[in-house]
Amino acid sequence: MKLDAKIPEGPLAEKWNKHKFNLKLVNPANKRKYEVIVVGTGLAGASAAASLAELGYNVKAFCFQDSPRRAHSIAAQGGINAAKNYQNDGDSVYRLFYDTIKGGDYRAREANVYRLAEVSVNIIDQCVAQGVPFAREYGGLLANRSFGGAQVSRTFYARGQTGQQLLLGAYSAMSRQIAAGKVKMYPRTEMLDLVVHDGKARGIITRNLITGKIERHSAHAVLLCTGGYGNVFFLSTNAMGSNATAAWRAHKKGALFGNPCFTQIHPTCIPVTGDHQSKLTLMSESLRNDGRVWVPKQAGDTRPPYEIPEDERDYFLERKYPSFGNLVPRDVASRNAKYVCDEGRGVGASKLAVYLDFADAIKREGEATIRAKYGNLFDMYEKITGENPYKTPMRIYPAVHYTMGGLWVDYNLMTTIPGLYALGEANFSDHGANRLGASALMQGLADGYFIIPYTLGDYLANIGWNDKISTDHPAFTEAEQAVKHQISTLLSINGKKTVDQFHKELGKIMWDYCGMSRNAEGLKGAKQKIRELREEYWQNVRVGGSNEELNITLEKATRVADFLELSELMVDDALHREESCGGHFREEYQTPDGEALRNDEKFAYVAAWEYKGPNEQAVVHKEDLIFENVKLTQRSYK
Amino acid sequence: MNLTLKVWRQKNANSKGELKTYHVKDISPDMSFLEMFDVLNEELLLKGEDPIAFDHDCREGICGMCSMYINGHPHGPEQTTTCQLHMRSFKDGDTIVVEPWRAKAFPVVKDLVVDRSAFDRIIQAGGYISVNTGNAPDANEIPISKEVADAAFNAATCIGCGACVAACKNASAMLFVSAKVAQLSMLPQGQIERKRRVEQMVAKMDEEGFGACTNTGACAAECPKEISLANIAILNREYLIAKATSEYV
Ligand SMILES: Cc1cc2nc3c(=O)[nH]c(=O)nc-3n(C[C@H](O)[C@H](O)[C@H](O)COP(=O)(O)OP(=O)(O)OC[C@H]3O[C@@H](n4cnc5c(N)ncnc54)[C@H](O)[C@@H]3O)c2cc1C
Ligand code: SF4
Ligand code: FES
Repeated sequence: MKLDAKIPEGPLAEKWNKHKFNLKLVNPANKRKYEVIVVGTGLAGASAAASLAELGYNVKAFCFQDSPRRAHSIAAQGGINAAKNYQNDGDSVYRLFYDTIKGGDYRAREANVYRLAEVSVNIIDQCVAQGVPFAREYGGLLANRSFGGAQVSRTFYARGQTGQQLLLGAYSAMSRQIAAGKVKMYPRTEMLDLVVHDGKARGIITRNLITGKIERHSAHAVLLCTGGYGNVFFLSTNAMGSNATAAWRAHKKGALFGNPCFTQIHPTCIPVTGDHQSKLTLMSESLRNDGRVWVPKQAGDTRPPYEIPEDERDYFLERKYPSFGNLVPRDVASRNAKYVCDEGRGVGASKLAVYLDFADAIKREGEATIRAKYGNLFDMYEKITGENPYKTPMRIYPAVHYTMGGLWVDYNLMTTIPGLYALGEANFSDHGANRLGASALMQGLADGYFIIPYTLGDYLANIGWNDKISTDHPAFTEAEQAVKHQISTLLSINGKKTVDQFHKELGKIMWDYCGMSRNAEGLKGAKQKIRELREEYWQNVRVGGSNEELNITLEKATRVADFLELSELMVDDALHREESCGGHFREEYQTPDGEALRNDEKFAYVAAWEYKGPNEQAVVHKEDLIFENVKLTQRSYK
Repeated sequence: MNLTLKVWRQKNANSKGELKTYHVKDISPDMSFLEMFDVLNEELLLKGEDPIAFDHDCREGICGMCSMYINGHPHGPEQTTTCQLHMRSFKDGDTIVVEPWRAKAFPVVKDLVVDRSAFDRIIQAGGYISVNTGNAPDANEIPISKEVADAAFNAATCIGCGACVAACKNASAMLFVSAKVAQLSMLPQGQIERKRRVEQMVAKMDEEGFGACTNTGACAAECPKEISLANIAILNREYLIAKATSEYV
């Protein structure tokens, strides 16, 4: 298989404009003859559904929550980047492009990233027009802050609830189209398979989560905006329902999966307190603007933080990275927290935590200013831990947060299955091996508002409105039967272990061997362990209840079945990538002072994996990354 | 700690429900309320019983999905969401009664899960600013004072959980509706549709079967996001002005 990324010719800065001109258009009167399925109503899905409906297409949108407004995007805290240069501090489209490519450790496509930076400015305009109440200065203009890994202030925010405000904006735009009859919304409905016929995506099979009814939906194109797969690790900052099912089942139907091992471990999360832990809570990284990260110099120091004098504290990020200090990118911050804890210098009851201390900031700016900036985050921290961060330093530890990997897409956001698109966190496209803070919201909205409305039209114009199959077609029947078969199998096993028990075991394997640092031996063992666990799952899982009802265990069971397969691909990918880059740190490949050591000669490519069948070895295809505009350098934040 | 739970069990929308008693042991004060339910559900599953269905997703207090009525209070004794309620708010030996939201407009789906789609339909009736993608002027073209932006944000912070409805003896949705109306009426971008918006949203709210507001303030007292009663005053004023000069509805 030859991967064609369809990157337009011409100079970087002109590619998107030229491409837009070259794309075919659907005549306004004909748009209503097309049906488009949008799975997911997070930032990517809601913005796509609204924009496509505004253009005149008929959209069916799906989400598993009770309302589209509750998609996981709602939880994003810190902000959204845009190259507006409102602060006059030297930002530009080119600088945002450059920072994103470099931050991603040179494992992303130049053309995609440049386009992302280019449309970022339109996103802010759009959101403000929708009534998104971004933070403002006293003069009435928009406020910005700087965010991990950036030396300019280009992050727009709405207190610590930026994702909520952006999603409510996109949700309101979509609601308007629901009222207009152009979007038909299916909440509490889960996609369980993709229907492919003649090599093209034709529709989906869904389960109504209240009645259990399995249904068929046909369309000219299917957009997967289903988010990331961080919950493979069981514990992550993702919402409880976030899952890989839609993307994984599309993968099994022929969509290649790009860079599955690129996961982001976020440095500032509330540490685990015990076995009962169901999820991890992020403390926005914006806190690193004012908080100082430290541990005691001495291993085994059990004094409370206020008893440890200044000269016995190690502000290890400031010490090792004087120019970026506490604002180094996430992968660097996380890894260093792990190192100091491995040295026995961790704090708190579990010793798996470091301090994030606001004492200096409060002294400098006053408690009121700090409260205005981070009030809701401090409150959340206090609610969860019972400690007051105005008085005592926060305790933080890294946690799985985001997946850079995802379905492989070309420049048009189309997967290797024609008519199947992937947007937002579900695709692999723009963040390389490490995502910069405040760039996921930007990418989700760029994909949905400003890219797919153009690129989808080209595909639809080319196929024509007659190229659609009815839900009676054998391709639908076959897919539906496979879904029903899987569900009845899960219900009939009636074993001795719960779905959550399996999920926790899987999560532990992944965290231990495919987490913050990885090595060949561990990965090989993990692959074996995953296979054994998967085998046991299909013999010993207990689901209970029936399909024809709201069955919370069955919902989890189908998702965990997919995690048990995807995890093996993540391990394969991590094993094959014999270099360290971004969030992927292979212990065998590091510089003498412990920094990630890339191998550009051998690994400057996207690994796109092809599914070969149950328990068969997946096959990797390579899309070489060609850098015409930036020079590959060793990332240095010193 | 050890606790007695009395939990509303109801197989589906059409069946009759009842409170059932469960005992949970060795609960850590650091657990969240929902993690305590996870523990109970694991036990039920292994005993061959049906786990208790409840809504939740983010478990960070922001998606608005969790919705338990605990000891007579939506989201329980603290002013927070159910997912952010921790067991340290209870004492060893406590009996805790857990029911779903009760409101005509929020029918029970199963156990503690209710149907809140009426809220979505109210937003569809007008809770937006009509601006197609790509039509927006530069974001800094219209300055908005910090005070106004902050006030709009405070209203916009509503998570659509429905605790206000569950808290209200009339099951009124005024706090939820007023938060959206207030947010958009404060912003310059929201002016053009200001009258139509409030009329249509209020009409929809009535049509969905929410009760009237009698100013008891239980909604704001229980709202996990501290949405202020002042929003209801704004809504009433907006509604009167709109009605007095209406061309619509
Ligand atoms: C705690 C937290 C804080 C964050 N903060 C920031 C930040 O400050 N800045 C930033 O840029 N990024 C941030 N991120 C990352 C960012 O929020 C996400 O990457 C982004 O919101 C993903 O958006 P999305 O639209 O791709 O998917 P999501 O918002 O995850 O939406 C997925 C949608 O797909 C639906 N879905 C999934 N599977 C199915 C299925 N099988 N059938 C039907 N529907 C399905 C869901 O119902 C949902 O509607 C944060 C992430 C977390 C976890
Ligand atoms: S006003 Fe408060 S209680 Fe009511 S839905 Fe909004 S957040 Fe929930
Ligand atoms: S689960 Fe999201 S607010 Fe409680």
